Amino acid sequence: MNGNPLLDIRGLTVEFGGLRALDGVDIQVHEGQIVSVIGPNGAGKTTLFNAITASVEATGEILFEGRTLLGLDANQVTSRGVARTFQNVRLFANMTVLENVMVSQHCRTKQGTFGALFYTKAFRREEAEIRARAEEILGFFGTRLIGFRLDQPAAVLSYANRRRLEIARAMATQPKLLLLDEPVAGMNPVESAELTGLIGRLREEWGFTIVVIEHDMEVVREVSDRVIVLDHGTMIADGDYHEVSSDPRVIEAYLGQGATTK
Amino acid sequence: MTTTAGLLIRRVPAAWRRVVRIGALGALGQVFISLSGMPVRLDVREIVVPILSLGYLVVLAAPLVVGVLLGRRPEHSGFLANPPSNRDLVIGATTGGLMAGGGLSILALLLAGFDLRDPLINWSPQLLEFLSFGRGTGAGFIVWLVIGAGLGMVGGTLRLATSRTQKVIMTMALTVVAAAILESLVVDLVEGVKLEALVEWMYAPRGGVTLLGAAVLAIVSGVLSFVGQGRIKTVQARVQAMEGPKRTRVNLTLIAGVGVVMILLPLLVGKLTNELLANVGLFVLLALGLNVVVGLAGILDLGYVAFFAVGSYSTAVLTAATSPRIAPELPWFVALILVIFIAILVGLFIGAPVIRMRGDYLAIVTLGFGEIIRLLFLSDWLSGWFGGSQGITAIDGVDVFGLLTVDGTNPRRVFYLVLFFCAIAIYISWRLERSRLGRAWMAVREDEPVAEAMGINTVNVKLMAFVVGAVLGSFGGAIFVAKVGSVFPTSFLILVSIIILVVVIFGGMGNIFGVIAGAVVLIGVLGGPKQPGLLVEFSEFKLLIYGALLVWMMLARPEGLIPSARRSRELHQEEFLQDAWLRGEIDTDESNDPQTAGPTQTTDSDGGP
Repeated sequence: MNGNPLLDIRGLTVEFGGLRALDGVDIQVHEGQIVSVIGPNGAGKTTLFNAITASVEATGEILFEGRTLLGLDANQVTSRGVARTFQNVRLFANMTVLENVMVSQHCRTKQGTFGALFYTKAFRREEAEIRARAEEILGFFGTRLIGFRLDQPAAVLSYANRRRLEIARAMATQPKLLLLDEPVAGMNPVESAELTGLIGRLREEWGFTIVVIEHDMEVVREVSDRVIVLDHGTMIADGDYHEVSSDPRVIEAYLGQGATTK
Repeated sequence: MTTTAGLLIRRVPAAWRRVVRIGALGALGQVFISLSGMPVRLDVREIVVPILSLGYLVVLAAPLVVGVLLGRRPEHSGFLANPPSNRDLVIGATTGGLMAGGGLSILALLLAGFDLRDPLINWSPQLLEFLSFGRGTGAGFIVWLVIGAGLGMVGGTLRLATSRTQKVIMTMALTVVAAAILESLVVDLVEGVKLEALVEWMYAPRGGVTLLGAAVLAIVSGVLSFVGQGRIKTVQARVQAMEGPKRTRVNLTLIAGVGVVMILLPLLVGKLTNELLANVGLFVLLALGLNVVVGLAGILDLGYVAFFAVGSYSTAVLTAATSPRIAPELPWFVALILVIFIAILVGLFIGAPVIRMRGDYLAIVTLGFGEIIRLLFLSDWLSGWFGGSQGITAIDGVDVFGLLTVDGTNPRRVFYLVLFFCAIAIYISWRLERSRLGRAWMAVREDEPVAEAMGINTVNVKLMAFVVGAVLGSFGGAIFVAKVGSVFPTSFLILVSIIILVVVIFGGMGNIFGVIAGAVVLIGVLGGPKQPGLLVEFSEFKLLIYGALLVWMMLARPEGLIPSARRSRELHQEEFLQDAWLRGEIDTDESNDPQTAGPTQTTDSDGGP
């Protein structure tokens, strides 16, 4: 790969008490890539996301566009251009679909108390922009989240639509790097196939670089340029799908020792 | 022995056990109320002359409530082996009421036989007289059994009636009681418009509704409620269905109407009522300020009085000639600008250390800060500045452009001043709620870590809530000083914080109208920490009633009197989702994951690796 990586992680270590959830992980993600992170349960995949988005303390180095993310607050990481979704959907359940997507534009907008109180022209313009952008983003998901759904609380959405709304909410922070934590978990094959296509479109149409944690190997094969395998907090493989899926260490990690020798 | 008792209890059917349990609770409640001294003390206030005083109303409520509770048909009674018939329910309710009344019967006997005045200060001959209607202990014993059973039966029967009948009867009863409670207000108002004749027949000369008045009120309100049922809802629905400019016009008309009433009302009523209105307005202002912090941003601030105190003291120091150290003697409105800046600084100063904490810890720390501020004003260390326990006295009122002075001697002017600032507070809450900041507050309230991950600087956003709350609180303080003309540390007890919080919770967190309604009902009827309400007799028992109301509210209607739609959704998420599902609003992608069946929205922390 040419040029500097967009995301450059070196020797990333996260410890919880005595447990090393991540142990000296090195990952480079270049602009425009879709990278899948796989690994057995407890491998440290979500911890990796938490470390990048400053939800947990980490040591080592995380460079984003050449600047470190370590030591920043979670909101500062987001305003640098990293957005994430959550494994267990965490929408603002009692805010409407539209509000969910409007509120996450917070760090890209700046009208404060003064504008709101005096209902200034700039305030009205910005509100209109926020709303328009939110509707544009929601429109990306077809008709599912627009129309009458805009004003419904997120809590009434179906499971699949909640997952879509989570992605929409992350998109609204206008990131360069999108971290998707198991976006198709709990979906049926039809929906997960649809969302797989969507991940590709996210890169093509919106220009996001994407790191995705996924268990569904079908999805991983479809979307990823590269696959990274974590096990017990260390990276055991990095390459394209075919390289990784034939790597003996990966098979061992997934199926247990002895599987390769038979 | 215990095993026999246990066996006996188990032999009793569950339905009767429930009757006995609720009946006994009613009896205990009545005995507690009686021994609190409430009935004797409240006996002087008449509700319906000559049959019902407030004192009796308080004790009679218990068997009635017991009856209503026991008249409730058990849910899913179709599944029971022998579902209770109406007769069973009424018998149960009557028995429960009998037990509740029996509590007072036994109390009457005990009062006659023993003297327990030592630990129980209200164990008095007056209480015995009250309970026996002055006709001897035996009479009291029997009368309470009869009254209890009768009220239990009435309550139970009421519960079995159709909901329409229930509503009509409730309206009738509430109208009569409300007419009695609002007496001074109504009388004052009709005197203002010179229509005394209208109510002369209604109220007895020494207070209370006359029998004739009660009957007329009950009939009129009953008929109105019978005819009007559903009408209000239809109108509401029609207004809600309106769109765009039409809706705006209706809203503007309503606002203008309320504004005109608020401006005209003080002109028609006398000094005492204006004093009451001004007190209510002051608490509306404070509650609106706290509502920004608690209701919008979800920060449980138990030390809100600190901002009230800071507003008061800084206004006092800046305007009073008697201020001990520096006395710039600024005009009130000029001082107010400085007070706003001071409030912002104090909001940041208190907010900064507090804001990084969450939940319970935050509440406890704010509680501490509330007290610290008061103790600082009280301390010897700062007494050179703020007068210590002597406070600052003889503070001039508000001089409005040299035209007139607003001070405590003219409560009407104070009310207009309060009204002006309430309007400002309402406008601020309303605008901020519908802005980028308001949305961020909502997000922080819903799920703080996720809000942070979505790029919201939660610390700044929460600090803003503190600052806005502080500014509104300091407005309250500034007006308070102008009204009272003095400040003492004892005006800023922790009790003030708690009462403002109760007002916000009782009215409905996060809803401007709810908060106003809460202040009007609680402060207007029961009274504030030191200010009397319409039921002056209650002031001694105010805190007891506040506490009981709060407990009841948390159990029965945690979203408050007039809830914000969002808040009540938060509190009743499951029910809300069920209702939405019944209305077919729940979005289910066909052939979805089974998880769709149950709402799986969780707020627990991210699962880790």
